[in-house]
Amino acid sequence: MQPFTPPPLPSDDKRWKIVNGTMRKNGFARSALIETLHTVQSSFGYLDNDAIRFVALSLRVPFSQAYGVVTFYHYFSLKPPGKHTVTICAGTACYIKGSDKLVAAAQERLGILQGQTTKDGNISLMTARCVGACSRAPVMLADGEVAGEVTGEQMLAQLERWTVE
Amino acid sequence: MNIEELEQIAESVRLENGRFDYELNVCMDLACVSQGSDRLRDALAKAAEASGKKVRVRRTGCMGPCSSGPLVRVDPEETLYHHVTSSQAEAIVSSLGSGPVPELQCDLNEHFDNQVRVVLENAGHIDPEKIDDYIAREGYKALLTALTEMTPLEVIQQITESGLRGRGGGGYPTGLKWATVAKASGDLKYVICNGDEGDPGAFMDRSVMEGDPHRVVEGMAIAAYAVGGNKGYIYVRAEYPVAVARLTTAIREARRRGLLGNNIGNTPFSFDVEIRLGAGAFVCGEETALIASIEGKRGAPKPRPPYPAVSGLWGKPTLINNVETYANIAPIIRNGGKWFSAMGSERSKGTKVFALTGKISHTGLVEVPMGIKLRQIIEVIGGGVPGGHTFKAVQTGGPSGGCIPAEMMDIGVSYDALMAAGSIMGSGGMIVMDDTSCMVNVARFFIEFCMTESCGKCIPCRAGTAQMHTLLTRICNGSGTMHDLDLLVELCATVKETSLCGLGQTAPNPVLSTLKYFKNEYMEHIVNKRCPAGVCNIRPPAPDSYQPACAKQASSSPASPFEVLA
Repeated sequence: MQPFTPPPLPSDDKRWKIVNGTMRKNGFARSALIETLHTVQSSFGYLDNDAIRFVALSLRVPFSQAYGVVTFYHYFSLKPPGKHTVTICAGTACYIKGSDKLVAAAQERLGILQGQTTKDGNISLMTARCVGACSRAPVMLADGEVAGEVTGEQMLAQLERWTVE
Repeated sequence: MNIEELEQIAESVRLENGRFDYELNVCMDLACVSQGSDRLRDALAKAAEASGKKVRVRRTGCMGPCSSGPLVRVDPEETLYHHVTSSQAEAIVSSLGSGPVPELQCDLNEHFDNQVRVVLENAGHIDPEKIDDYIAREGYKALLTALTEMTPLEVIQQITESGLRGRGGGGYPTGLKWATVAKASGDLKYVICNGDEGDPGAFMDRSVMEGDPHRVVEGMAIAAYAVGGNKGYIYVRAEYPVAVARLTTAIREARRRGLLGNNIGNTPFSFDVEIRLGAGAFVCGEETALIASIEGKRGAPKPRPPYPAVSGLWGKPTLINNVETYANIAPIIRNGGKWFSAMGSERSKGTKVFALTGKISHTGLVEVPMGIKLRQIIEVIGGGVPGGHTFKAVQTGGPSGGCIPAEMMDIGVSYDALMAAGSIMGSGGMIVMDDTSCMVNVARFFIEFCMTESCGKCIPCRAGTAQMHTLLTRICNGSGTMHDLDLLVELCATVKETSLCGLGQTAPNPVLSTLKYFKNEYMEHIVNKRCPAGVCNIRPPAPDSYQPACAKQASSSPASPFEVLA
């Protein structure tokens, strides 16, 4: 049997080396699929078809299976994120404290739906299932920074700051 | 590494601590950090250095009452300060030795006095990234004692005697589970820690993993010794990056100290742990789905039997327990099963950590003995409902649980009592609702959650939750009929009885429990077309509160069959 040789890196972008490193660390085992996809997403911000295909080939997993995994898990994104991301927690505690109104206000202000990015690529509006800061509900993440007991005005002010930039 | 060496490390930590007159413990849990406790710690360190006093500033895990954050505890006096800002750092440091700062002092005696801390005993006392801090508080002593003085069977006996039941929500007796895996044949066995805390509104496991990661690792190692496991995996949500980082450090440090790896404590026992990241799928909290996810596949559950105890990860016998279950193991081995079983109620032993959130004064983490009255948790420990509102219900068990109404506040918190009340213990989320919460809307929220989180493998769950959501949406926006309600009840029974895994089997619980206790609210929506709590947007137009008018036009979602019929 021919020894397996992984495919060449898609480009000389250094980030592919990081991705390859994750796979090598796991001995190119098929079970490393989710780990590797995490590395791709943290390096590139999202997963595109080329990246999924490269990972699938390297780990000897059918492309369909890799794509199935990507679409199954909410954490993986197939679209590039905006320059800024506002994530509103939609967990139970946040919902009870009115996070749905925050989402509605943000959608109104940005003219997009949750999960979308403004046309100029500036702001992405996301919702999270629960970030675990329930004691400070409702919670918003502005570019990853957690803010608790957020009011509609605070959130809109944050969006305004990003828009003006 | 042996017990004497552990003692030496503990002694050197005590000597090191003895060099300081005061300790300032700063809570660095997510909730406190979101209120600026990281800046506060830096300010305290700066002020301490400038003052010339012998002060140690330490970051710790969650101290509990998040709503009072950022929290600082001054030791050895054990004075707790709340709502501390960086500008008050100097005042705190200069007050050391001359009495506390009165305006910052936190009066939460009632909150703390009714709690018993076993799982959270180290939270607020150790730096989670320092293994020596953990060792100084008797850490890893249980592991080495088990390895050198107990047989695997004796370990299982202690766990069985303790009466510990799975803290993930199901409440399966832990000793029995361990014994089953121990009896399973095979050279290779896996030990998995379920840290996929998917229940929205609960964060106990995050706090334990972030605040006291070694406790989880030690619990897993003891479990591995008892069942004959060789390899461990901790499955953590990717949404908890800090927990992942802390656990990574903990595993590295434990390996460095020879407490993980080959020949632990100079015995033939070898065990190592790896972290696996979840990727945002609630169904992965189900054990067979979690196993599929560790194998790198979609997290779809499998029919049981075979149970993971017989054929789990890669077909090998596998032990899966929740984070909090593992966190209970070390104290049980240290103090004996009898000590543990002395706490709690008749069939639910020990303590339980709850994440108290929602419309309550003191939100945060609490640990209470099993059997404590719900009323005591809500009114005394939680400080009741703020803002002059009246308490309506408490939701336990997340999307698999139910709502317990105000008139049932005198039931004791135990697996069986909560089950009898139509809810479940769950992982420990406790969301308090007042008169401004609409129970129909809450039921719809949970069904929407289950609908989007259904993996799609079995039809009752995939299609049933979607239809239940449609019906509940119609009731919420005022277009529901009595026929819809009958259909909803029928669907609940079907989904409950015919779904493949726990997600579908328990998905109707929030609907059933609200129907049982708050049927009048459903009737108000259907008959009088009004929402008593004023939450629901009764039509027209208001189809879905998540979609504004501009978005509604853009979206091209197909009309559901029910809307066509209407």
